Amino acid sequence: MKRIDMEFDLVVIGGGTGGPMAAVKAKEKNPGLKVLLIDKAHVKRSGAISMGMDGLNNAVIPGHATPEQYVKEITIANDGIVDQEAVMAYAANSFDMIQELDRWGVKFEKDETGDYAVRKVHHLGSYVLPMPEGHHMKKILYRQLKRARVEITNRVVVTRLLTGTNGEVTGVMGFDCRTADFYVIRCKAAVITTGAAGRIGLPASGYLMGTYENPTNSGDGHAMAYHAGAALANLECFQINPLIKDYNGPACAYVTGPFGGYTANGKGERFIECDYWSGQMMLEFYRELQSGNGPVFLKLDHLAEETISEIEHILHTNERPSRGRFHEKRGNDYRRQMIEMHISEIGFCSGHSASGIWTNARGETSVPGLYAAGDCASVPHNYMLGAFVYGRICGHNAAEYCSTVADKAIDEGAVAAEQARVSAPLQRSEGLTPFQIEYKTRRLVNDYLQPPKITRKYEIGLRRFDEVREDAQAMVATNPHELMRAMEAMSIIDCAEMAARSSMFRTESRWGLYHYCVDHPERNDADWFCHTLLSKGADGRMAMTKKAVEPYVVPIDDDERDAYQRLRVERKAEAA
Amino acid sequence: MSIATTLTQAPVKVHEDKCIAEKGCTVCVDVCPLDVLAIDLVKKKAFMQFDECWYCLPCETDCPTGAVEVSIPYLLR
Ligand SMILES: Cc1cc2nc3c(=O)[nH]c(=O)nc-3n(C[C@H](O)[C@H](O)[C@H](O)COP(=O)(O)OP(=O)(O)OC[C@H]3O[C@@H](n4cnc5c(N)ncnc54)[C@H](O)[C@@H]3O)c2cc1C
Ligand code: SF4
Ligand code: SF4
Repeated sequence: MKRIDMEFDLVVIGGGTGGPMAAVKAKEKNPGLKVLLIDKAHVKRSGAISMGMDGLNNAVIPGHATPEQYVKEITIANDGIVDQEAVMAYAANSFDMIQELDRWGVKFEKDETGDYAVRKVHHLGSYVLPMPEGHHMKKILYRQLKRARVEITNRVVVTRLLTGTNGEVTGVMGFDCRTADFYVIRCKAAVITTGAAGRIGLPASGYLMGTYENPTNSGDGHAMAYHAGAALANLECFQINPLIKDYNGPACAYVTGPFGGYTANGKGERFIECDYWSGQMMLEFYRELQSGNGPVFLKLDHLAEETISEIEHILHTNERPSRGRFHEKRGNDYRRQMIEMHISEIGFCSGHSASGIWTNARGETSVPGLYAAGDCASVPHNYMLGAFVYGRICGHNAAEYCSTVADKAIDEGAVAAEQARVSAPLQRSEGLTPFQIEYKTRRLVNDYLQPPKITRKYEIGLRRFDEVREDAQAMVATNPHELMRAMEAMSIIDCAEMAARSSMFRTESRWGLYHYCVDHPERNDADWFCHTLLSKGADGRMAMTKKAVEPYVVPIDDDERDAYQRLRVERKAEAA
Repeated sequence: MSIATTLTQAPVKVHEDKCIAEKGCTVCVDVCPLDVLAIDLVKKKAFMQFDECWYCLPCETDCPTGAVEVSIPYLLR
């Protein structure tokens, strides 16, 4: 392993969605700043929006919604456990970001008058803005990166952060997944934008990469933040999605809903009022399956031909364009069959749910000089636009922070330890493959952690994760690519343990299916109306604490509070 | 460690008659987020080296000659 040393002011880790924005905005704030954008894939086609996106899920556009309305919606959808100031920082900057993206060349759907054609999908307000031509997203970001003269390093897997005597960020370490060269990058600040932890659970197909999230997003950011001393928030609020069965991608009700498509049970009947992804919605989905009324489907076969062709155009050219190919092989035609859906395996993703590296309204984590944005950070229901808005917030604030701190020496002891940890699998000739370790961890996650959560099962799960962690000390990699999978497997074990420990700490049920505990079936606001934080304790093990919910900036009325608890369609008793 | 050879059907197929890797093209290898494609140095053609595909399609979309064909991996088809 050759060692390569570099020096920057700011390193942005993950060049998917929020990362490029953070890097560009840091350079705009201070063009003299040395900014590196680093990605384990190639920034041109990396991340959740690799093939573009078919719409904004959470646009707050004047005339359609107000920031206050949006903050209220997200607060209610999250059973009250939100930092409203942080959600407001997103909402208040949402429209400005849309206009900037529009100027950069992103095409949003507009009506005859030139106004944005916003659609209603959420339970209360209207926030969905289609992007039928959204496949150019990454090209547009790449152009901005070049214009802002951001330096880019591709195919380097970041594994750990370096910290100084006050716990502040002093550097970033990683390795090249093609050459195994070891990178030590000295810096004053870092932004983590590594996306969701999408490889914690095992897809029912058994195919490791058959995930909803881009499988590059294996929770490395969550793990490196934890090991650097950062707190992670509400990890028990899992991400569980309603997806096309086996394909494991979105069906996608956000696109089809406004056209008249909806989620139906085996009889073709609507059973939920609203298709917006929330824990409550997933719980109704789960109950429908348990009740024997399943399978659950996306129903489009009642729509007119021109509507269906428009839906096909959007869904089969954008975001996950191989959807069309999947349907074709299955003999699925939206005109004739409903599309079978299922409940996904678990993950961490604030983009769709509400857990991740804890950040405040300035994008700051609990580690000085460390920022986080997008799916890996804790601001709930952020989606793509939230990754952009918080990318910008982090870029600006990190640039400012850099001008207040001096260069620091890096901890060579920590560098040597990390180089030894990373290079170990390459030096072994006997042991287990990364595939075996990863498969086993993820299978155990499905067996023991998938909700409904049962304490006894979680205890067994934790014990078994310890065993796999031990076994992982014998992982062998025969080339740099396998080394990448080996290091990802280590992040996955960390995330699995974090998921278990956070879930066991919160002894109540909340967020519908996301944290449905059989042993504590009721919501308990008296004891648990709070965030939970996980961080590394003094003994080097995971420690849990409660954090009070910050004072609301937008008050919630009592009758609004439970709106998301009433998603099930009421059936009137039929006359005899 | 032992090596067990197992046949598999890889989801990505490169039509070698169309692939121009010998002229220096590496586009599909560059764009794949999972880094599962490579150039066969003997044949000078692209191929799927690791069966870890997300069926996301940048390789197919960005190939200048239309040489890449991605199928949904068999396990989830
Ligand atoms: C299938 C799908 C459909 C979606 N549909 C919509 C939609 O219609 N509308 C909407 O608003 N949102 C949608 N979303 C959500 C939205 O795409 C995400 O919230 C957003 O793109 C997340 O951005 P990010 O920057 O956090 O992560 P990403 O864009 O995923 O970027 C993470 C980056 O980090 C890199 N990385 C990971 N680990 C490392 C490491 N160790 N070292 C270096 N680099 C690393 C990855 O390669 C990747 O480039 C969808 C998401 C998915 C997966
Ligand atoms: S992009 Fe196409 S032509 Fe280029 S190496 Fe890949 S398969 Fe061959
Ligand atoms: S479909 Fe995606 S993951 Fe599969 S080879 Fe092509 S670029 Fe790589």
